[in-house]
Amino acid sequence: MSAFLTLLFRNRLAALGAVVIMAILILVLNIPLLPLHDPDVTATADRFMRPFAEGHLLGTDHLGRDLLSRLLHGTRLSLAVGIAAALIAAAIGSAIGIFAGYFGGRTDNIVMRGVDMLMAFPYILLALAIVAALGPGLMNALIAVAAVNVPFFARNIRGITVGLAGREFVDAARLAGMGHTRIVLTELLPNVLPVIVIAMSTTVGWMILETAGLSFLGLGSQPPQADLGSMLGEARSAMISHPHTSIVPGLMIFLIVVSINLLGDGVRDALDPRLRSGALSRPRATTLVKRHGDVPPTTDDLLAIQDLHTEFHVGKRNLRAVDGVSLAVKPGECLGVIGESGSGKSVTALSVMGLVASPPGVITGGAVRFQGEDLIGAPYESLRQKRGDRVAYIFQDPLSTLHPLYRVGQQLAEAIRSHDSLSKAETRARAIELLNDVRIPNAKSRVDDYPHEMSGGMRQRVGIAMALANEPDVIIADEPTTALDVTVQAQILSLLDDLRRERGLAIIFITHDFGVVAQLCDRVAVMYAGRIVEEGPTQAVLDAPAHPYTKRLIACVPELGGGRRELAAIPGLPPVLDDLPSGCAFAPRCNKAAKSCRQGEIPLQGPALRTVRCLFPERTL
Amino acid sequence: MGGYILKRLISAVPVLFGITIIVFLIMSLIPGDPATAILGSYATPENVEKLNRDLGLDKPMVQRYFIWLGNMLTGDFGRSFSLNRPVIDEVLERFNATMILSGTSFVLCSIFGILAGVISAARQYGFADKAITFVVLIGISVPSFFLGMMMILLFAVHLRWLPVSGMYAIYGGGDLSDLIRHLIMPALALAAVATGVVARLSRSAMLEVLRQDFVRTARANGVPERRVIMGHALRVAMVSILPVLGIQAGFVLSGAVYIEIVFQWPGVGRMLVDAILARDLLVVQGGVVFVAACYVLFNIAVDVAQMLLDPRIKT
Ligand code: SF4
Repeated sequence: MSAFLTLLFRNRLAALGAVVIMAILILVLNIPLLPLHDPDVTATADRFMRPFAEGHLLGTDHLGRDLLSRLLHGTRLSLAVGIAAALIAAAIGSAIGIFAGYFGGRTDNIVMRGVDMLMAFPYILLALAIVAALGPGLMNALIAVAAVNVPFFARNIRGITVGLAGREFVDAARLAGMGHTRIVLTELLPNVLPVIVIAMSTTVGWMILETAGLSFLGLGSQPPQADLGSMLGEARSAMISHPHTSIVPGLMIFLIVVSINLLGDGVRDALDPRLRSGALSRPRATTLVKRHGDVPPTTDDLLAIQDLHTEFHVGKRNLRAVDGVSLAVKPGECLGVIGESGSGKSVTALSVMGLVASPPGVITGGAVRFQGEDLIGAPYESLRQKRGDRVAYIFQDPLSTLHPLYRVGQQLAEAIRSHDSLSKAETRARAIELLNDVRIPNAKSRVDDYPHEMSGGMRQRVGIAMALANEPDVIIADEPTTALDVTVQAQILSLLDDLRRERGLAIIFITHDFGVVAQLCDRVAVMYAGRIVEEGPTQAVLDAPAHPYTKRLIACVPELGGGRRELAAIPGLPPVLDDLPSGCAFAPRCNKAAKSCRQGEIPLQGPALRTVRCLFPERTL
Repeated sequence: MGGYILKRLISAVPVLFGITIIVFLIMSLIPGDPATAILGSYATPENVEKLNRDLGLDKPMVQRYFIWLGNMLTGDFGRSFSLNRPVIDEVLERFNATMILSGTSFVLCSIFGILAGVISAARQYGFADKAITFVVLIGISVPSFFLGMMMILLFAVHLRWLPVSGMYAIYGGGDLSDLIRHLIMPALALAAVATGVVARLSRSAMLEVLRQDFVRTARANGVPERRVIMGHALRVAMVSILPVLGIQAGFVLSGAVYIEIVFQWPGVGRMLVDAILARDLLVVQGGVVFVAACYVLFNIAVDVAQMLLDPRIKT
């Protein structure tokens, strides 16, 4: 609770709302103590006095009554009526909701049908019908506003109750022979109450506004009694000649509603765990770049990742997801990058084209060179022109990575037209050709499918077709087969292999599966905790792993090329990236770890193209 | 498609029945002798007797309901005593004006609300986002009737840009441009709250969608950012925005009552309030049933639009 309040008041606007509404409450509660005029005493001689007039701080109305006094009395009445309506609606609505949710079945069905019917009305029609039947008057307006809001509470509370009614403690109470009433009162109500209170706090402002509205229409409070709405309604006829009589009550309604809204927003935000974790921020079009240090010099590789540093800035924590990674590929070459989830392999891959979600991602150092040109910090448009055109991606789960509401043909067409201006017919022909290339049967009819109408394997082929759409030089495949079953996986791998041989594509293949690496890759780099710990030609690494971690990874593969495997077989967890131990990050899980392993930086060393980051490698290179 | 619409129409039938039952029950809450209460100050003994006969008030409630329902189905909503004409004629005429007003407001709130939400989300925590969030907060907190009054003061009385009230100028008006000049202020005042609500929702829906994987795919394919936001992301966000538009339509229709009073717009809302004050309850009854039924049909249209938008919905 106190944590909640701290959160609430860290939100300055919510605090402001709370202060304003408290001030208003204190004022109206102390009306008897304030030196106010009688709100109902008329003085025709003093009609329409302007604000700050002698003796009348806010002036007087059309009957010469003191506006300040009427305002405070009206505010008190409006607040009282609004709050009363909220309480009544909450009580009745919650009772209905609990009743329906607790008994369930037919009772629930019938009751909720009725509630749905009530919700089928634009709310004011219902309120007007009730006022029409009962006759104008503040009490009847209150009843109408409360009644209109009953369905809202009934529906919300029913939802919560249904969830609770199936829980063990309710069953236990039933078995213990407790009656329905007792179960509802002692077991359910305490659990539902916080939800009722929150629902009330978010609707009370609304109900104050609604009762004021009915009074404004002349259907609520009747003269001489006046709430804010009827003050405004009465002042309307003199609005043009004496606007202050309208502005005063109008501003008060606004002030009340705005501060309740601010407070309500604050409550909602404080209760929403996603806001706290920053999970509700949208990623920018390119990853944020804040580079420190020198930019490494150009190489003659097709694509070179050089001393790349990518961090996640979450609150005050800086997670070093990629910590000085260097990799390079030449045309026609396939490089495997392998590691557990959280090793930084995907972040490395996404950093290449600035696709790391940002916030929280920030590239803090290094370079990514495509044909010598540095892509890190390149202007958005130059990066965009290369995305998909020169360097393309294949992602893991094609159900979430394909657009759910576009036909696959449209998506392919868009990928093409983002870089080439072809006619509609040409792009369609090209899309069908691409689907043929990735061996989708009936490409002509499949091109008009939606992703959800295809199987997982077919969708992944579409993902590959999309990557091939602009005949890129490099394809970065981020676990493209993980979600697929073994046979489909094998088909996709051989398809990629063929494409690379036919078109001289360079492939960077991200995976956690050594079996897949063995099938496809010329070279492999092993990542752990944001760093490369071993690199070399695939066969050499497979035959003679040098890093203890690599050795264990390979041992996890029961049979090369087999199905899905998890790396859970390695005891321990990857380290937390903002709290890396000094020295070797693998030390806590390594059974060869010695004291020297935990002291100081361990370099990646070995002969060209065959390197390891370990003080006591399994074999010397 | 056609089958889906038919199915939705059929499923609306019980809701429409429910609406008539609810209105009927509310109207039987009238304390005292209904005929006198309905006729109010217009009550003459002959009228009371005639109404008792017309409504069959001597018959049991269930039977009375079905007579009333049957009459309505044949378009007979009864006769207004205060206006001295058939209720249905009055309702239809007024409904036209209300539709012009709320329809315009609904279009405005949809366009501006979604646009503001999208810009806000795309520029999250930036200046535009903060400015929009602030304006939206004001928009959803200011009572529409007060906003309307202030607009009249500023734009009609002080600046003299627009007419104070009404739907057409009394002399020499009546054409479309005259209507538009009269429509601007009430439509904007009515749209304010709904625009704010739609903007807020669109913002959070867009933020939710922009984090999804297919947005990254579009970017990885080199799709220009404007297309990513206005095409890919908004298309998916619309799936959750559309139902809210349906709900907001109800709020716009409700808010129209206040705006019609403030701007003396000759719509259903003003008719209802006048009828309540004149105790002309047949008008209230007929007007409420008619508008509620139209709203139900409108929501079916929203459902159909939803189906067209999302091919994953099984029809
Ligand atoms: S450096 Fe030491 S702790 Fe790290 S892997 Fe090698 S032997 Fe194990």
